[in-house]
Amino acid sequence: MNIIICIKQVPETTEVKINPETNTLIREGVKSMINPFDMYAIEEAVRLKEKFAGKTTVITMGPPQAEAALREAMAMGIDEGILISDRAFAGSDTWATSYTLSSVIKKIGAFDLILCGKQASDGDTAQVGPGISAHLDIPQVTYVKKIEEINPALSTMESGNTERKGGVKDKFMRVERMTEEGYEIIETPLPALFTVVKEINEPRLPSLRGMLRAKQARIIVWAQKELQLDSQKIGLSGSPTQVIKIFTPPPRPGGQIFKGETPEIVNKLVELLKNEVH
Amino acid sequence: MDYLLTDEQKMVQELARKIAEEKIRPVAAKYDQSGEFPWEIMQILAQSDLFAIFVPQEYGGMGLGVLNLCIATEELSAACGGIAVCYAASALGTFPIILFGNEQQKKKYLPDLASGKRIAAFALTEPEAGSDASAIKTTAKKEGNYYILNGTKHFITNGGEAATYTVIAVTDKTKGARGASAFIVEKGTPGFTFGKKEEKMGIRASVTRELIFTDCKIPQENLLSKEGMGFIVTMKTFDMSRPGVAAQALGIAQGALDVAVKYAKERQQFGKSISSFQGIQWMLADMATEIEAGRALVYSCAREIDAGSKDVGKDSAMAKMFASDMAMKVTTDAVQILGGYGYMKDYSAEKYMRDAKITQIYEGTNQIQRNIIALQLIKEMAK
Repeated sequence: MNIIICIKQVPETTEVKINPETNTLIREGVKSMINPFDMYAIEEAVRLKEKFAGKTTVITMGPPQAEAALREAMAMGIDEGILISDRAFAGSDTWATSYTLSSVIKKIGAFDLILCGKQASDGDTAQVGPGISAHLDIPQVTYVKKIEEINPALSTMESGNTERKGGVKDKFMRVERMTEEGYEIIETPLPALFTVVKEINEPRLPSLRGMLRAKQARIIVWAQKELQLDSQKIGLSGSPTQVIKIFTPPPRPGGQIFKGETPEIVNKLVELLKNEVH
Repeated sequence: MDYLLTDEQKMVQELARKIAEEKIRPVAAKYDQSGEFPWEIMQILAQSDLFAIFVPQEYGGMGLGVLNLCIATEELSAACGGIAVCYAASALGTFPIILFGNEQQKKKYLPDLASGKRIAAFALTEPEAGSDASAIKTTAKKEGNYYILNGTKHFITNGGEAATYTVIAVTDKTKGARGASAFIVEKGTPGFTFGKKEEKMGIRASVTRELIFTDCKIPQENLLSKEGMGFIVTMKTFDMSRPGVAAQALGIAQGALDVAVKYAKERQQFGKSISSFQGIQWMLADMATEIEAGRALVYSCAREIDAGSKDVGKDSAMAKMFASDMAMKVTTDAVQILGGYGYMKDYSAEKYMRDAKITQIYEGTNQIQRNIIALQLIKEMAK
């Protein structure tokens, strides 16, 4: 079973800085980490691989330092890392990002499953995963909290034959999709794309062997030169969404603290609530 | 201070620190209270390959040596000295097999110890034989292709939890210290049972039990090295493992200092942070300096061992003695800086102090370490 995991490197702090000219995130010089939701996607991929064998490939689009995120995923047990990095891709919105990632996935070729985190902790859009599935025209299930059943055709025995065409019908997965009230059970043919929520698993820590292997591993880097994507569909200029303005909402005014004897301050509070709250 | 660690050593440090912060710190107080063996943490250490550090590559380990073992132990100890010693004691129980095991023994036992599937323990101490190790009474009598073990070991770290034990027993009473031998004994061997679990002052997350041998029959293949080598096995094992105890002390001291600095910055008295008072500043400065001196000694000693130096007894005794005395002082001062809060169990300072004390006692009391150092000094002088 071949799995592709799409991850994003995000700033470690919640204080995201914005470039006032382009209205995009400033990534340089900020301590980074793998988007927390993507960690569940990585863990799930490693677990599926342990069960069904096959190959796991992690991809990310970002500046050169995003390589660190790929190595971190590989330290957890992912086989291969591909970095999509080029100035030409900078400033991509979710549409251009999902176009670019889906084009890379086409270039990679055979896969049974694409896993993404449900959303990124910086942009919070939750659009890239579904966008990729739309570009690839494959089924998507968002907010997956459990993989319930996998067609035995995908067992270790047969994982060598990941025939893409024709065999789709008898390859399926049954998953639980989280909703606000509970969950839905959805069955989907493969290949498919899932975005996962934190309920699905508990990501493991890396192992020393994994870290050493990841450190020595060669990361594949693809730029526009290798990918030859439609220049109208990539980067800031290829993005249909243009951010006009980003601003920090004014901080909430601080609370008021009354001091004094309890009966006295209770009266004060009651008065205030009467007058101020309607 | 920059100890010019290699990328590999930094990786061990980073991983062990991550485990300590994310997995151990949140449960340290729980295990300290319950005294239960922290199997869930041992599994994490196993999955993360930390048990592979001290086992050679040929036998399923990573062969990363004593300095890496010290770095890992130090980081784990900064979060919980008790949980860290469960790990370090497995290394202690494994070293005799690495140092003195024959090919067959190494192949049989080391892979499972490296993967963390099994953990190990080392058994020397007896009720009547502590610092005077030559007073041990447990006997191993040869009968055909077997040895029959009889006697009681006590205060055995990982006792009852470990699967593989290195046990020192007397094979020839007439030969005194040269009459002891080392054996590998597996849990589950008929005649091998466990006595009471001790209630300890500190390192309470680790388990300390009695081992009881009653006509326990073990195959002769389980003899390590040769008959009569028991104390050589012990001394050489301790030479390797003492930097680990020192690293444990170092981690405990560092953990306590971190708590003290944080508290000193937050605590307001006389209208300002107590970290602005020179009295507190000087205590913190002394603590930090002593820790750094300890670290320099421990790392140097570990590097010396990894470089293959044969004669490390004195240096490893120095590292163990200095680091553990330092840890006792630093943790006591940390409690002092936290004042009344330091004495309360809701704050971790008192736990560091309780955990530190044992490092001055086990794997040779610090008085015994001083004997080793002095004897070696006198020997060197006589040359």
